[in-house]
Amino acid sequence: MPFFESVALALNTIRVQKLKSFFTLLGVMIGVMFLIAVVSIVQGMSNYVENDFAAKIIGVNTFTFRRRPNFNPNTTDDQWREFQRRPRIYAADAELVRSVQPVGNKSAIVNQTFLYASTQYARPRQVQAIATEASYFDIKKLVVTSGRAFSSQEVSAGAKVIVIGTDIVDNLFGELDPLGREVRIGGMPYTVIGILEKQGSVFGFSLDRQAIVPYTTPVSRLIQPRGDLQSMIVQGPSREVMQDGIENAREVMRGVRHLAPGKVDNFALETEDSALEFFDGLKKQMIVFGTALPAIGLVVGAMVIMNIMLVAVAERTREIGIRKALGARRRDILSQFLIEASTLSVLGAAIGIALGLLAAKIVSMTTPLPAAVAPWSIGMALILGAGVGIVAGVYPASRAARLDPIAALRQE
Amino acid sequence: MSPSTEEIGLSTTAERAAVVQAAGSTPDKDWVIVTRGLKREYDMGGEIVRALRGVDLAIRRNEYVAIMGPSGSGKSTFMNLIGCLDTPNAGEYWLSGELVSTFKDDELARVRNKEIGFVFQTFNLLPRASALHNVELPLVYAGVGSAERKERAMEALTKVQLADRASHRPNELSGGQRQRVAIARALVNRPSILLADEPTGNLDSTTSEEIMKVFETLASTGQTVIMVTHEPDIAAHARRVVVLRDGLIASDERKESFTAKLGL
Repeated sequence: MPFFESVALALNTIRVQKLKSFFTLLGVMIGVMFLIAVVSIVQGMSNYVENDFAAKIIGVNTFTFRRRPNFNPNTTDDQWREFQRRPRIYAADAELVRSVQPVGNKSAIVNQTFLYASTQYARPRQVQAIATEASYFDIKKLVVTSGRAFSSQEVSAGAKVIVIGTDIVDNLFGELDPLGREVRIGGMPYTVIGILEKQGSVFGFSLDRQAIVPYTTPVSRLIQPRGDLQSMIVQGPSREVMQDGIENAREVMRGVRHLAPGKVDNFALETEDSALEFFDGLKKQMIVFGTALPAIGLVVGAMVIMNIMLVAVAERTREIGIRKALGARRRDILSQFLIEASTLSVLGAAIGIALGLLAAKIVSMTTPLPAAVAPWSIGMALILGAGVGIVAGVYPASRAARLDPIAALRQE
Repeated sequence: MSPSTEEIGLSTTAERAAVVQAAGSTPDKDWVIVTRGLKREYDMGGEIVRALRGVDLAIRRNEYVAIMGPSGSGKSTFMNLIGCLDTPNAGEYWLSGELVSTFKDDELARVRNKEIGFVFQTFNLLPRASALHNVELPLVYAGVGSAERKERAMEALTKVQLADRASHRPNELSGGQRQRVAIARALVNRPSILLADEPTGNLDSTTSEEIMKVFETLASTGQTVIMVTHEPDIAAHARRVVVLRDGLIASDERKESFTAKLGL
């Protein structure tokens, strides 16, 4: 029998038994739905991390010089103790690293933490306090839409000026123009001189709650009470120059710390790759766990389909007998039931894909998780659906094909 | 050799004996069915049941033959063999010049499809398919294209006066109509033989007569018809009556002598 007629026949059989078919499809449907949803969300996150996150949070072609790595999943207790034993980084170290940077590399000392900001107009809010240098705006591509950024003279003079994000403006100043007004960061009074362009949020974390001040002002002491530095960010004009900068920094730091060859660094030089690596690991875990559950769904779906097909073969023994008497060969019967099983499961997969896309859409609309549909996942889901149907259909179909026509015809 | 043997679809005893005895040789195309020493045994839990014990039978094209016998006589087994649903343990079965007793599954399926039209006691129509689709089925397995199939199926339904019921499902048809759909289905692929197994077994006597008239018409237009029945008055419609008993042919005679014996 031609393929398309078999499919039409199978669809007809499915249509005649709507409810039964629906329950048969449920396993495959749910399995595929979660598969599509999980893959879409993971794909969306990874697109996001690769395109936006790395650039926005970390910066393009940058590395960070710090005491211990920032993105460090699965730190063991021993590792953690080693981190704690590391010497602190002071201004002299930062100057040393800065002095060996190739021409064109920009750098900025960065001390940051979450502190409460307050004005006389509203209740205090938590903000991301960043104590840094003037070059920070350039490195992070921060745009000041009204007012201005602070200058290096203000940094050297320790001027208590501040540039704030739009969330802080909205929360602490309301309708007022913040420029020239006072805002207290951790209780320290600062004068607002600039407002940052709205940046939006990353994974639900708003980037518009930044409060940027010179690192020479009192907030630095709140962040690093011992007077050491948290980190220095360095940006190269290209990846290669940045890499050179990293190597120079490593060399000079190992020198001043008297690290013998073979000993590990007791400081961290972290690039966006470390962050991306961290997210890659996260992504892999999510893919594994996120697809394990749907896979179980598909296995259960396959078993349900196999069961239903066995029942169908038993129920339709007489039909098989009639078809055989009228000249159906074994392979005609085999393909009829195989096509029926796979039509059933492809249909389930198709509904599952639609539901999965819907679920991904809902998740990305209601939660900060972004979702991007991976086209390969739709193709894979369909192939998987057909595969499940064929695997589940082989045994029942071969049983049908082997039926003895005389016995089959005799059955009531 | 009475002159009546020259009638359409009647072979003489002598002719049949000649064909049957030439073991191993391919019979003339004119002999649709030739069986030589056909045997079929079943193993029923260690006990061998000898359903057929060497049946010699020759049927010429255009004959209208009834096969009779009490239950247990082997007539169902014989019909299954004739219909290529089963294969014999020993003996030859020639169908339209082909030695089908040596055929394997797929070849038998092809023979069933092309050479044999089945009509069953219980009609055996697909319940969820329309009359037209039921009639189309043999053509589907013959690989006939969709448009030609529809046309030929419609033609066959017209022949049994059911063209107006083509889209009805079996449960929307009366018993007689169902059997006529089954006859249309049996004829649609222009088979060499029409094989009917108790075609009136599930029908009342008026409808039975109606169906027998259809067979009559078919036989008179040159269709070879073989009918298995245990009802003598149904068998009396055929022109030749073969009676099986205990797996052997007990008698093989013209309808006239058969009816005379029964006093019909």
